[in-house]
Amino acid sequence: MDGVRMIEVKEEIMADNNQVAAGVRERLRRQKTMLVNLMSSPGSGKTSLILKTAQALKGSIKLGVIEADIESKVDAEKVAAQGIPAVQLRTGGFCHLDATMVTQGLEALDKKDFDLLIIENVGNLVCPAEFDTGAHKNVMILSVPEGDDKPIKYPLMFSICDVLLVNKIDYLSLSDFDMDVMRKIVLALNPEIKIIEISCKTGAGISDWVDWLKKEVTAFRRA
Amino acid sequence: MHELPVTESILKIVLAHAEKNDVRRVMTIQLQVGRLSHLEDEPMQRYFDYVSRGTLAEGAKLQIERTPIRLTCNACAKIYTVDDASQINIPCPHCGKKDVTLISGREYFIKNMEVM
Repeated sequence: MDGVRMIEVKEEIMADNNQVAAGVRERLRRQKTMLVNLMSSPGSGKTSLILKTAQALKGSIKLGVIEADIESKVDAEKVAAQGIPAVQLRTGGFCHLDATMVTQGLEALDKKDFDLLIIENVGNLVCPAEFDTGAHKNVMILSVPEGDDKPIKYPLMFSICDVLLVNKIDYLSLSDFDMDVMRKIVLALNPEIKIIEISCKTGAGISDWVDWLKKEVTAFRRA
Repeated sequence: MHELPVTESILKIVLAHAEKNDVRRVMTIQLQVGRLSHLEDEPMQRYFDYVSRGTLAEGAKLQIERTPIRLTCNACAKIYTVDDASQINIPCPHCGKKDVTLISGREYFIKNMEVM
């Protein structure tokens, strides 16, 4: 009677998050709002990229930003100072955003008529790769000072992204970062990924990135 | 790191099944975690011990089976397995083409649990 028995569970551990993420994706598709999840290490230039992108899109695409940070709200303040609707989510120690937190971010934004929403995920190359946020496109930044070996160390992140932005190319001459080696490793992990070299400081390559975004947003609206 | 939300999610599912089955104590939980996951066994157990305190699953052992990274070749339709992420896009060992789809290796799955 008191024996040990076996119960079949057969459940996905991430099912809850995956379901919420699918709901977010579907809801935004109906609203014609494309959601982009921007990921990178701390300090590789996510906020700078968002500011540059916002400037370039002004007047053509209605942009909103969901910022996520473990503690502070400095990022949202910087973005809002440029006149872009932004909300700050504090993850309270969590290393990533999940789809439920994104839902809260969507609710906290007053307006709903965005063409494009960018999530600035928590600075981290590990955990955000595992959690579907509900985004339609995943974009990551690798900055030159971090080194060309990051795709070997964090393969999952590089394999789930649609775009890799290599930022701070103005540092290339000061570093032994090998762009060809990095490209080769990344394309082996993810042959579909689009790699764009940029510098938020000098503005190099930003127009290539913005062109990609505009094209995607246009295609998304038509779909 | 994200052991916390993952172990909380495991606990929630385990307790729901425990309640349905009139369980007094959960002894072991058998998990399948894909080899592409960054989660390590030992920290997962530690987080689980922490979140399960005071529940029917307190003291339960996590038995983690690593599921292989399996790919299917889009050219010749053969299915094969690789050891780690760096080998995901090596040419298909059967036909030499480089066009593959990942079919497993990222899963987080609870198979079953031993209970009293």
